[in-house]
Amino acid sequence: MPADTKSVPPVPTPATAGADDAADASEREDAGRLRRAAGRWETLLLALFVVLLPVGQAISPQFLTSDSFTTGSLDFSEIALMALPLTLVVIAAEIDLSIASVLGLSSAAMAYLWNHGQPIEAIIPICIVLGGLCGAFNGLLVTRLGLPSLAVTIGTLALFRGLAFVVIGDDSVTDFPSVWTDRAFGNFAGTAVPNVIVLFAVLAVLFAVLLHFTPFGRSVYAIGANEEAAFFSGLRVKRIKLTLFVLSGAVAALAGVVISLRNSTAAANVGIGFELTVVTAVLLGGVSIFGGRGTIAGVVLALLLLGGIQKALLLSESISSYWIQIVTGVLLIGSVLGPNLVQRARAARAHSSRQRGVWPSRPAAQRNPPQEEKA
Amino acid sequence: MSAEAAHPQVAGAEARRLADWVFRVRELGIVAAFALLMLVTAIIEPRFVTADSLRNLALNAAIFAILAAGQTLVIITRNVDLSVGSVLGLAAFMAGDLLSSHQSLPIPVVIVLGMLLGAACGALNGVLVTFGQVPALVVTLGTLYAFRGVAFLWTNGRQVNAETLPDSFLNLGTGSILGIPTLALIALVVVVVVGQALRDFRSGRELYAIGSNPEGARLAGVRSERRVFSAFLLSGALAGLAGVLFTARFGTVDATAGTGYELTVISATVVGGVAIFGGTGSVYGAALGALLLQTITSSLIVLKVDAFWQEAAIGALLLVAIAFDRLVGLRLDARLRRRSVRRAG
Amino acid sequence: MTSSSPYRRLLASVLVAALAVLAAACGETKNSSSSGSSSQSSSTASSSGAANAEAPIPKGLKTVSIPKQLGNPYEEFEHSGVTEALKELGGSNRIQGSTDAGASSQVPLINSIVQQKPSAIIIAGNDPNAVAPALKQAAQRGIKVVAMDSDVAPDARSVFVNQVTTKLVGQNQVESIAKQIGNKGQIAILSATANATNQNAWIKVMKDTLKQPKYKDIKLVKVAYGDDDDQKSFQQMQGLIQAYPNLKGVISPTTVGVAAAARYLSTSPEKGKVKLTGLGFPNQMRKFVDNGTVDEFQLWVPKDVGYLAGQAAAALVAGRITGKPGETFTAGRLGKYTIGPNSEIVLGPLTTFNKENIGKFDF
Repeated sequence: MPADTKSVPPVPTPATAGADDAADASEREDAGRLRRAAGRWETLLLALFVVLLPVGQAISPQFLTSDSFTTGSLDFSEIALMALPLTLVVIAAEIDLSIASVLGLSSAAMAYLWNHGQPIEAIIPICIVLGGLCGAFNGLLVTRLGLPSLAVTIGTLALFRGLAFVVIGDDSVTDFPSVWTDRAFGNFAGTAVPNVIVLFAVLAVLFAVLLHFTPFGRSVYAIGANEEAAFFSGLRVKRIKLTLFVLSGAVAALAGVVISLRNSTAAANVGIGFELTVVTAVLLGGVSIFGGRGTIAGVVLALLLLGGIQKALLLSESISSYWIQIVTGVLLIGSVLGPNLVQRARAARAHSSRQRGVWPSRPAAQRNPPQEEKA
Repeated sequence: MSAEAAHPQVAGAEARRLADWVFRVRELGIVAAFALLMLVTAIIEPRFVTADSLRNLALNAAIFAILAAGQTLVIITRNVDLSVGSVLGLAAFMAGDLLSSHQSLPIPVVIVLGMLLGAACGALNGVLVTFGQVPALVVTLGTLYAFRGVAFLWTNGRQVNAETLPDSFLNLGTGSILGIPTLALIALVVVVVVGQALRDFRSGRELYAIGSNPEGARLAGVRSERRVFSAFLLSGALAGLAGVLFTARFGTVDATAGTGYELTVISATVVGGVAIFGGTGSVYGAALGALLLQTITSSLIVLKVDAFWQEAAIGALLLVAIAFDRLVGLRLDARLRRRSVRRAG
Repeated sequence: MTSSSPYRRLLASVLVAALAVLAAACGETKNSSSSGSSSQSSSTASSSGAANAEAPIPKGLKTVSIPKQLGNPYEEFEHSGVTEALKELGGSNRIQGSTDAGASSQVPLINSIVQQKPSAIIIAGNDPNAVAPALKQAAQRGIKVVAMDSDVAPDARSVFVNQVTTKLVGQNQVESIAKQIGNKGQIAILSATANATNQNAWIKVMKDTLKQPKYKDIKLVKVAYGDDDDQKSFQQMQGLIQAYPNLKGVISPTTVGVAAAARYLSTSPEKGKVKLTGLGFPNQMRKFVDNGTVDEFQLWVPKDVGYLAGQAAAALVAGRITGKPGETFTAGRLGKYTIGPNSEIVLGPLTTFNKENIGKFDF
């Protein structure tokens, strides 16, 4: 039967019991476990990254150079930018697969506006606002109509990309002023760090602060962990979710502007397929697909790891680039499978079933077919 | 659904009749949309409804219909299978490669081999989802990448040419029986078999149970893990079948076969009335969804609408479909609640 | 309690990541502080010094060739020619590509290749401008850049090896179809992707050619895009036939497109009535020539394009040519070539395949 899309978590946890004190205490307990778990994952990612460095160097002597960093990070810059708001979206137990299409639409809009004589200074904010509107469209469908975000954003993935082609067709614009393309392609103040990466670092810090140090951020976690409880404890769930989608769209549009300037090419077919890599980075970063768990730091580390692996494979003269796909897929699955197996081994050893009821990641539910509740 | 617990037997039967009615309405809705689209296009461009053109339509939709049938099984259980495009590509190349070098291989053998390869891929997905407890979105996203990478490694830039394939095999893809394209007949058989099995066998109904209430299903004794594993296995096997038929139809296959198909298939399935959050929908609806989507593409071409509107149109249609389903779902909920309250009171 | 632990963890992760990055940044470095100078005035086409036709070709040359897309048999065949040329000259070529043909998919590759410092890069461009900044970086580091088949921005490469002059491709294709439809009727073009440089260049020539008085009764009704995807090309062909009942001919200047179009035609009632020509592989098209779907089509030998590009790259590295129009060099088994305007080197004329001669070719 068509279930309510805003599903009640199947396992009654103390958090839904209703008693305020009990809810608070277990919430804090949950939060504590949450953070400890997150810390463990980030440490693992860090360890993997550290291991990658000598391995990459062994694959190619040019790996540990400033060039590798410059070009490797540039290659990943748009993926990295889009991963930041998507982290928050997934923590809130939603998903946004339309980001690459918003990027494309932004690029197409850029080309269109340029062809109609607008200056870059005006185009950039317009495109970002356009991205925010696209995000709002997603957000309204999810919050007001209660549609599942997975299905909605699959639909808008096609819709926005289609609109991008309607706007600009096959044309592409390639004559942006060099002042701007140099900025997008170039490095910061003579160092080996690209300007775009500085932009990313600034945004990463902003998002980290937003997520980890503000009430808004804590609300996002709460919504992801248990939406009903969050709602009943007074959080404006719909408003917060809408904001997250708007952020996702706006940053995707920004990424569209960046990539168009960086490659000196604004067109409708830019960024096709990016969304899968961004989702991979977010999931690899320890953000649970069920929501309620994850950190910006983890995602940044995952981006470093993925970017480093891609760079090492690209530099290699003997390993075929086809392996990049396989490695990405295996890493993604391993990132969730690993902890699951570890947890099961531990639980089996402890012979304790009490532990299961309290964790927000709902291991009891995982015994059943996992829910794709991207509602 | 606490009210249902009050009179489970009666409410259950009521609910099922109601749900069946909704199914039928939904499927009829797609048929209506399809008919309307055909009508409008035919009025503007009569050549659209000639026998030849209809035949092409059926052919185009056949492979997607088979993929959609498998995807339905998975989505009903509240999972998703994003790897179908990559599995199709693998199976397509394997079939072509095999037949190019062993021309005398009987076609049924090739089909079985393709399905076995697909089933193996599906089994991997299934194991990771059930026993690994990794969410299906994560698993199949990962295998989407991994299988495609394997396909690239295997093909190593080679391509299968129609020239090297036996004519009997290619006829499978382009020929007709009594005027109906063979591929469409095969798709029809697959859809009917899977659709009826879903409806008539208990294991099929259990899939619905798992999707609408996983905890409840488990408590009621459904072997969820086994059922979900089977769903993925079948989805993979059907993707393998689709791959072999792909090679029969197009003759020229390389490592990129099937890229991007997964989103089209999921769109078709959802448009066809299979709710993304599980528990409802039918294989027939999904197949009709595939037909509808392909018809839109062909229709837009024939109406000389800018090709660029196609993708936007399909995206918009998907949004309309899920919004519609949501409204119907809400109505159904309300109705069930009213009936249960009436019974209790 | 809650405020310090996330903060600490955040700080710790950031510090370690920063350390890792610093370690990388302080590694062996090649200056890239002048990167992003896409506005460099000195173009790579005019390097210093004159050419020395007698200069020896160094042994052990290492080059990297970048196709439009991996897994595309046409590209594989073409690039095998580069490898052949380099091997002949005592060097080696490595093929490195991306799995998608998107406009900017070659950029990360070029960046990485530049780090490996090959002697030359040979590239078939997915988009003329997206790869330009990266290629100019390469040139700045002394790497010779040769564009092949699908050109890039002229100031980002030393020479461009073209299979046939753009003009000839467009003209010959129009002539071929015009002949088959009796110089009268509606035609359409089934192209590849909308951004591809070579496709757009050829289509432009075709449109110009059709303006000639002798083609005044031929009307181009549509340019469709099959994206070099088999099923899409197939469907587009189907759509063309349905949308334009009076269609007399189709030109498909892409091997994927023409094969798909031929396959569609051969099982449809329009076989023989709608004429098809394009750029196709003899092995793929043989069947359709034999069964009467296609009367003639055209191509060149892709491997020779690669071979010529490889030879040109070696000549550039050795200093035998600098890329200026007018210079000449010998390209191994293909003979002597002269660099034309815009630093373009043309392989030769189109070969037309039909029933008489198709048996002679095997590729």
